[in-house]
Amino acid sequence: MNNDIVLRVEDIHKSFGDNEVLRGVSFDVRRGETKVFIGPSGTGKSTLLRCINQLTPPDRGRVWLDGEEVTNSGARINYFRQKIGMVFQNFFLFDHLTALKNVELALLKVRGMGKAEAREKALNELRQVGMEDWADHYPAELSGGQAQRVSIARALAMDPDVILFDEPTSALDPELTREVLEVMKKLAGEGMTMLVVTHEMGFACSVANEVLFMENGVVAEQGTPDQLLHDPQYTRMKDFIGRIDSRLGD
Amino acid sequence: MDLAAFTFDILLPALMQGLIITLQLIACSAPFGLAFGIAIAVGRQYGGGAISWLCKTFVFLIKGTPLLLLLFILYFGFPAIGITFTAFTASVVGFILCNAAYNAEYIRGALISIKDGQMIAAQALGMTRWQAIRHVVLPQALRRAIPGLSNEFIYLIKYSSLAYMITVIELSGAGKLVATKYFLYTESFAAVGIVYLVLVTITTVAVNILEKRVAIPGTTRGTTAAQL
Amino acid sequence: MDVLLILIDWFPYLLSGIATTLGLVLSALGLGLLLGLPMALGQVYGSRPVRWVIGIYVWFFRGLPILVLLFLFWFGIFPMLGLGALPAFAVGAVVLGLRGAAYQSQIFRGAVQSIGEGQMIAARSLGMSRLTAIRSVILPQAMRIALPGWSNEYPNILTDSAVCYAIGVAELLTITSRMVTQTHITMPIYLAAAGIFIILNYGGLKVLHGLEKRIAIPGFGSGAV
Ligand SMILES: Nc1ncnc2c1ncn2[C@@H]1O[C@H](COP(=O)(O)OP(=O)(O)O)[C@@H](O)[C@H]1O
Ligand SMILES: [Mg+2]
Repeated sequence: MNNDIVLRVEDIHKSFGDNEVLRGVSFDVRRGETKVFIGPSGTGKSTLLRCINQLTPPDRGRVWLDGEEVTNSGARINYFRQKIGMVFQNFFLFDHLTALKNVELALLKVRGMGKAEAREKALNELRQVGMEDWADHYPAELSGGQAQRVSIARALAMDPDVILFDEPTSALDPELTREVLEVMKKLAGEGMTMLVVTHEMGFACSVANEVLFMENGVVAEQGTPDQLLHDPQYTRMKDFIGRIDSRLGD
Repeated sequence: MDLAAFTFDILLPALMQGLIITLQLIACSAPFGLAFGIAIAVGRQYGGGAISWLCKTFVFLIKGTPLLLLLFILYFGFPAIGITFTAFTASVVGFILCNAAYNAEYIRGALISIKDGQMIAAQALGMTRWQAIRHVVLPQALRRAIPGLSNEFIYLIKYSSLAYMITVIELSGAGKLVATKYFLYTESFAAVGIVYLVLVTITTVAVNILEKRVAIPGTTRGTTAAQL
Repeated sequence: MDVLLILIDWFPYLLSGIATTLGLVLSALGLGLLLGLPMALGQVYGSRPVRWVIGIYVWFFRGLPILVLLFLFWFGIFPMLGLGALPAFAVGAVVLGLRGAAYQSQIFRGAVQSIGEGQMIAARSLGMSRLTAIRSVILPQAMRIALPGWSNEYPNILTDSAVCYAIGVAELLTITSRMVTQTHITMPIYLAAAGIFIILNYGGLKVLHGLEKRIAIPGFGSGAV
């Protein structure tokens, strides 16, 4: 990991009507870093990720990618969105396309790549996530874990600077969760920059450079996994982790 | 003659006369179309053997034939084999047959959607098969068929205009006669169109109110993606 | 027998009627598709005025009987626009098409709205413009979902095409009516006409259902395997 900042998030605010969801969130992301966001549901974690790539435009605050402003970038947002990959809880694979075509589509239609080149690149990305044997299967024919890996390949194909993961394993049972987390660990090891919303504390502790605890629309506590495990000052985060652990233990 | 005088002294009175005939056509057809439709759907679903086949064939033939041709057969064809209808009767018979065939399809779909348990429970109470159909299955099925049946009723309003093609001077026929006599085509047919729009819109609103009373709440979708 | 000989005599004429009927139906279906699809997209993704205008269009064309629409355009609107020289066939096809567009737009609109919003979100997250997302993600799915409903437009337009008799298009009903008047053979000819309509009706539906199967995708929409 080096020290240059890929993504800068500055004082993001977002309300839906009277519902003030984000009340000033700021952080910097260095190249190669993995940040994990945890927190109770409804605290705005998904909204935060969507504010970063402007799927939900923030009311206030700015986002910078590699020194260029992403907020208020007009039509250039479609360029930034290629550089900011996103992986969703429910995969959102294109249901009418095979795994391979899912990965190819944006290469062809957004990057304007030739057919042969796009196909080769798409197959390559599928190989990265261990899905090359399933290239010709449709989403309905894949397990949740397989579908999620294809959707990671789809994001990777755009050669993003950073990938946003919004609870990528929450819709999966434990066995399938493991195969997706393996892929994400591998990406982190290869130096991919990632922001991950997850409740998987094992993953957070072994992969994250920093864990951010969100509550009521702000980052309430943040620190390294080591700090949050051993430093008694992180009370709210510990309390929250205790709650999800006991829930998992049920 | 200016347009206002034409509209109020000639066109509207003629259209009112026609409208009355149109309403009579609908009033004579709709109840029988519904009753006959129910009978065909029940016959198709529960009649077994020959009855079921007859009902199925009836729907097949009527849905495959243009209504206008059906009216021609009734009005021009039947006299050739010794059966004569007045134009009004021929129209009503045609509308009933057509309306019944389409209604039957919706009712049958609804009958199929009612779970077997309903029939079994009713028979377990000692009802005969026909009692179970009449008192348990049909009341539920008809409720579910309401959207389709209302659609067919609206079609009936519009297709009643075809009676003019076999000389019944209903609403569109009245408009056509005035248009031809005074060479004011656009004005006359626009006025006729407005009357149909009013009829159809009033019916649609009434039907929506009816449908809301049987609808299940909480099934509407947000469209946030539309704003992306 | 007499009737059979007469029918054979008139056969080419009858064929021309069938051809005209099919011509009406295919042009109307095509025009309806061409207009109905953008109208559906306009109703889902368009601005408020766009949605409003399309709503009025749909309300108008679905609220009027086909007979009145044909009269209005044939005697009124087209001559008024200086298009009085248009042949009846063209007017019939255009009116059936304009009206078909109103119905088809609602079929496509329902299909577009039934696609989960995640599809659009995922497409936009990859950097696709809204237009690209609609074209390469939403439409291919919507078309497949809409096809069964769309297939049902075929029998509707086929049976409605017979109303073009009223403006003198030489389609199947017009031709058979002329045959009746000239031969004084009534029932057999009408029943033959009904038979031909029924064959066209269910034959066409068979073709369309075959098409549905051909473009089916595993686990997707009605084409589920
Ligand atoms: N498009 C939207 N419209 C209205 N309210 C929304 C929208 N998206 C999210 N919200 C609201 O914002 C709050 C935070 O949601 P979310 O970001 O999904 O939280 P989290 O991901 O932390 O569970 C919730 O109260 C949710 O109802
Ligand atoms: Mg969330």
